[in-house]
Amino acid sequence: MNYFVLAVYAFFLFSNAAQAETPEEKGLAIAKEDDRRDNGFHDFTARMVMLLKNRQGEESVRYIRNKTLEVEGDGDKSLSIFDRPRDVKGTALLNFSHKTGTDDQWLYLPALKRVKRISSANKSGSFMGSEFAYEDVTSQEVEKYTYKWIRDEEYRNQKCFVFERYPAYKNSGYTRQIVWLDQKDYKILKIEFYDRKNAPLKTLMQSDFKQYLGKYWHPGKMYMENHQTGKSTLLTWSEYKFRTGLKKKDFNKNSLKRAR
Amino acid sequence: MQKLKRRLRLLLISAFCLLSASQGNAHEFTGYASGQTRLFANSAQFSGQNDQSASFAIQPEYYHEFESGSSLALTLFYRLDSQDARRTHFDLREATYLHLADDFELRLGVRKVFWGTTEFSHLVDIINQTDLVENLDAEDKLGQPMVNISFDRDWGTIDLFWLPYFRERTFPGKGGRLRFANVIDTDNVIYESSKEEMHQDFAMRFAKVIGDIDLGLSWFHGTSRDPTFIPDANRSNDAKGRILYQQIDQASLDLSFVASAWLWKLEALFRSGQGNLQSTEADDYFALSGGFEYTLYGIFGKGWDLGLIAEYMHDQRGDNALTAFENDIGFGARLALNDVESTEILLGAIQDIDASSRTVSIEASRRLGETWTLEAEIRLFMDQPPTDFFFSLKRDDYMQLELKHHF
Repeated sequence: MNYFVLAVYAFFLFSNAAQAETPEEKGLAIAKEDDRRDNGFHDFTARMVMLLKNRQGEESVRYIRNKTLEVEGDGDKSLSIFDRPRDVKGTALLNFSHKTGTDDQWLYLPALKRVKRISSANKSGSFMGSEFAYEDVTSQEVEKYTYKWIRDEEYRNQKCFVFERYPAYKNSGYTRQIVWLDQKDYKILKIEFYDRKNAPLKTLMQSDFKQYLGKYWHPGKMYMENHQTGKSTLLTWSEYKFRTGLKKKDFNKNSLKRAR
Repeated sequence: MQKLKRRLRLLLISAFCLLSASQGNAHEFTGYASGQTRLFANSAQFSGQNDQSASFAIQPEYYHEFESGSSLALTLFYRLDSQDARRTHFDLREATYLHLADDFELRLGVRKVFWGTTEFSHLVDIINQTDLVENLDAEDKLGQPMVNISFDRDWGTIDLFWLPYFRERTFPGKGGRLRFANVIDTDNVIYESSKEEMHQDFAMRFAKVIGDIDLGLSWFHGTSRDPTFIPDANRSNDAKGRILYQQIDQASLDLSFVASAWLWKLEALFRSGQGNLQSTEADDYFALSGGFEYTLYGIFGKGWDLGLIAEYMHDQRGDNALTAFENDIGFGARLALNDVESTEILLGAIQDIDASSRTVSIEASRRLGETWTLEAEIRLFMDQPPTDFFFSLKRDDYMQLELKHHF
């Protein structure tokens, strides 16, 4: 085959592919690109403050420290240590997230010095009494959803992809999520969550983004509002530190016990 | 005792020196103070007992982590009780230096270690002595002096324990409820070993996570944490209950298996060297405890979780077992409201299969504001026949309320 034929062949192949790209393929391509940009951070530690507010405006606050380790070819490992409220201080949650299948979870109860294997089937359950469900706070992997691109639009002065994603795992509390992702830096600006009956359930707004290691964008604030209960949770992240030298052995049952 | 005090002082002084020299993270002071009351439904059986009690407890904690990840932890505990002089007690719950090296962890000092998976009985848990005056559920433990080295490898985790000093179990005194007719004579405890509490005990544990299974295999050699009751010839109420601490070997297994919302649990052990309820002669035995917890998530559309628990308990010694749960089934329900106050209610009932005896317990807790918690506990001892281990508790149904301030 000469080069000319090859070039013509390639031209038709690519233009065909471009034309034939379905909204599903485009959605998946966006998610893959997002995932690619997030790859290679190795590990990070951060603190978060959770401010819980009910319909009457009563507030309650939780302090949590988080350590995350990237695992090549699989979901991340993470360790969350609770500092406040005081009565749960030292309680820690170890999570091994997997691209497919259920996550592995262990809970450490400091009063009894007991590590308990817990079921991760409770995806839609509330995380620490907040409006975030477990499935919202555990590692987001491409394989956990199927996708469908809807449109491109301007949102908060940024050009965004708007796409839907559908949980591909069991026990999700959602039928679908609509995601606003900015096209320049692939920051998730907003997610709308629809419950099992496909009724609007929650909206997540992310802001105060900062770039780390000249590459990774993370939100400083995550605001989740529940439209059905009127409750909300504001999650404020601080003290992000990347590539701190965390290793696999910092994420096992021994490290869970000494977390405090 | 003098020896222990000297050791403690040495430990505290060295801890202080380490602290003064440290350049690591902030020093953390936390803990709780609590007020507790127990109200008994029936009038007392034995002289000296009362129908209600009030007590105050405090548990301050200190923690410091060095840059290296090594750490120091100190936890003190003190309770002042209005009725039982023995329940008024102090304990050093924790005074540990943890050295974190690249390929091992060394933990030196007084600590608490928990082994096991089941909810109703903690069969294989053996490192620490039970602080029985705290609660009949045996979940409160006395600090255990130890040297513990832990190796974490891809093929599993190995823990080696050297336990140089034995702690005697606490028992209610004359003024305390929830006791046998005989007040246990804790001042004249008998040991099988002439080294008494200085007998050097050892333990080993291998633990591994294999997919959805968490497995632990353990071995213990030394002084049994469970005393053997010396059968009392005249059975009069005034006779002092003498107890004997025997030398035992124990091999055990604990296992949990998670399958979606099901959590299967098993604990099993073989122990040699311990007597039974009738005799101090060694009666080697096998015991197991196993069952499941199945959780219903988000019930009533309220985000409540309901865990249903069923466990079977068996002790080969049968009615001669040194436990009330020799052939029993436990049923439980754990309701978590997942609300801001972390409200939880745990209902449990244990039914003897061969006899009418049944114990029922209800535990509830919730947070009040940011720094307070309120806990309620009810225990009922129902239809205890004279042959049952808990017979002497037949009039001791109680409700306990505890208000805790966390700082």
